[in-house]
Amino acid sequence: MSLDKEQFLQAYRTMRTIRDFEYRVSDEFGKGNIPGFLHLYAGQEAIATGMCMNLDDDDYIVSTHRGHGHCIAKGGDVGDMMKEIMAKQGGSCAGKGGSMHIAAVEKGMLGANAIVGGGPPLIVGAALSAKTLGTDRVGVSFTGDGGSNQGTTFEAMNLAVVLKLPAIFLFENNGYGEGTAAGYAVGSKDIASRAAAFGMPALKVDGADIFAVYETCKKAVKHCRSGKGPIAIEASITRFRGHFEGDAQAYRGKDEVKRLMKEMDCLVIASANAIKKKLATKAQLSKIDQEVAAYIDESARAALAAPGPDVSELLTDVYSSPY
Amino acid sequence: MPIKTYRQAINEAMAQEMRRDSTVIVIGEDVAGGAGCDGDRDAYGGVMGVTKGLFPEFGESRVIDTPITESAIMGAAAGAAQTGLRPIAELMFMDFLGVCFDQIYNQAAKFRYMFGGKAQCPMVVRTMAGAGLRGGAQHSQNLTQMVTMVPGLKVVCPTNAYDAKGLLISAIRDNDCVIFVEDKFLYETSCEVPDEMYTIPFGEANFLREGTDVTIVGISNTVNKAVAVADRLAAEGISCDVIDPRTTSPLDEEAIIESVETTGRLVIVDEMTPRCGIAADISSIVAEKAFGALRAPIRKVTAAHSPIPFAPALEDAWMPQESDIEAAVRYVLGYKR
Ligand SMILES: Cc1ncc(C[n+]2csc(CCOP(=O)(O)OP(=O)(O)O)c2C)c(N)n1
Ligand SMILES: [Mg+2]
Repeated sequence: MSLDKEQFLQAYRTMRTIRDFEYRVSDEFGKGNIPGFLHLYAGQEAIATGMCMNLDDDDYIVSTHRGHGHCIAKGGDVGDMMKEIMAKQGGSCAGKGGSMHIAAVEKGMLGANAIVGGGPPLIVGAALSAKTLGTDRVGVSFTGDGGSNQGTTFEAMNLAVVLKLPAIFLFENNGYGEGTAAGYAVGSKDIASRAAAFGMPALKVDGADIFAVYETCKKAVKHCRSGKGPIAIEASITRFRGHFEGDAQAYRGKDEVKRLMKEMDCLVIASANAIKKKLATKAQLSKIDQEVAAYIDESARAALAAPGPDVSELLTDVYSSPY
Repeated sequence: MPIKTYRQAINEAMAQEMRRDSTVIVIGEDVAGGAGCDGDRDAYGGVMGVTKGLFPEFGESRVIDTPITESAIMGAAAGAAQTGLRPIAELMFMDFLGVCFDQIYNQAAKFRYMFGGKAQCPMVVRTMAGAGLRGGAQHSQNLTQMVTMVPGLKVVCPTNAYDAKGLLISAIRDNDCVIFVEDKFLYETSCEVPDEMYTIPFGEANFLREGTDVTIVGISNTVNKAVAVADRLAAEGISCDVIDPRTTSPLDEEAIIESVETTGRLVIVDEMTPRCGIAADISSIVAEKAFGALRAPIRKVTAAHSPIPFAPALEDAWMPQESDIEAAVRYVLGYKR
């Protein structure tokens, strides 16, 4: 049931890729190479990774404004993502989407979403397709603690129960929606307990522990694939960065981020556990670190060197055919 | 007179009105920030810092941080407005109108009429619009046309700090639901703004430049671009009337028509998509009411008919630029039947 050696190394590589990707785009943003708004997933890597390792390419996910990690975990092309975020030709969305709309539709990553609460109804639709077309696919919506309070989320959860759809509502409770604490904004305090009121089961998991996330998500996917209807997961986690890059984070306690980065770093926890369980050696992990670092650097350089989209593309893809 | 930014002017209007009238409240997401957190309260004062300082002065009963829940924010404001409060509800980005529009256009806008004049909805929706910050398809739209078309709503688009303060005070005192559209490009712009409270009436256009050759009407920040173009063209001896309607509902039709009767030429600029937009609306009004005065076809300078692209070059091509305004002015001037 738990991650075996090979799976662990894969999980570690994915988490490391997300972490390095995020820190690199943060640097490039600082240098003025990335336009627009940037919300980073650093610190939350184990959640997307543990969930997506339980999914096939043809399963579906929808994401949030903090979507790079979900996209990488679902198999999105890192080079294309880097280009997209830098608004370049060859970007995943042809330079039309950007960070907040990162997607890998061909891999079942149906899109990041700049509307909080935009995703959950969409995943109900993806699960409806799966059920109606008789495939065994499942759909997962990644939603924040903040997004858990939107009416669209409540409606989506209820509809998924009514139609008994293979949908997983995965809530990443990182403690904050912008500068407001989940402890204030989530009236019930805990998100998972709401699920029962909608008529679906829920699981809770420590989002910094890749082993626990993987196993919890495995149960949830099995539940959905076996036709038992939707299920919710609440993963508790923190965010290492501000809400957006440039956020002064005055709402956070003194040294809070420093402390949490020490206590809740999924990569540090994963390495220690794996070495203890003899799933990996230090040398293996540092080799992965080096490979990932080189890969991210290469992707970033290629993106920096790529040209921006041609202005003639402004009116393409508004409709399915010339308008 | 003191110089203040657009941001300060809006903040001051709210603070002064809240001091004057204890029924005025502010409600929205992170309007203070830091609720339930270990760090600073009032950490944000709104994502653009426009409501900063209101929380320390007026406290949590009048400056209310909410969960992310726009439908409930707008509905709660409307219900509170019907029952004795004068809420200023913040919709962080105008794009989020999609999440909560029912509470605004089916509820707030219709109480007075639907209930035979026995109800009212004195609320303000402060929201932020405008492209050019590379915010992408869901964080850049100006949807002024969507609210302008709704009977019962009033719509205000301040284009400078002075107007912002006077118009917001009018909006707060107004007994109808007012949508107050702040242009995100203008927060740092400044001009002379009196410390005292003052109001600017709705439906009264502002002539930013007076001229005789071409009338240019601009909505939100596009009017500032129009002024820049007019000033450049003035050096060539081309004289433009530049009109800022300030409110799209009510709209000062008279000012526009009178101007067109002098110039015979009209260019309308807005940063919305071209179909069913404000430019199209004004164009139809002038075509109906001042047809005889027109010496050239009306020119609309709008955004392109597409979602707003992320890539800078595409977004720049999407939105109306000064060069587009200039080309339109030259077109109407050069037009021969
Ligand atoms: C409908 C809507 N309301 C508000 C926002 C502004 N906003 C963007 S992200 C965010 C916080 C989201 O919090 P959460 O769901 O917990 O996700 P996290 O940022 O923690 O990943 C807010 C308020 C938005 N994008 N869409
Ligand atoms: Mg959160």
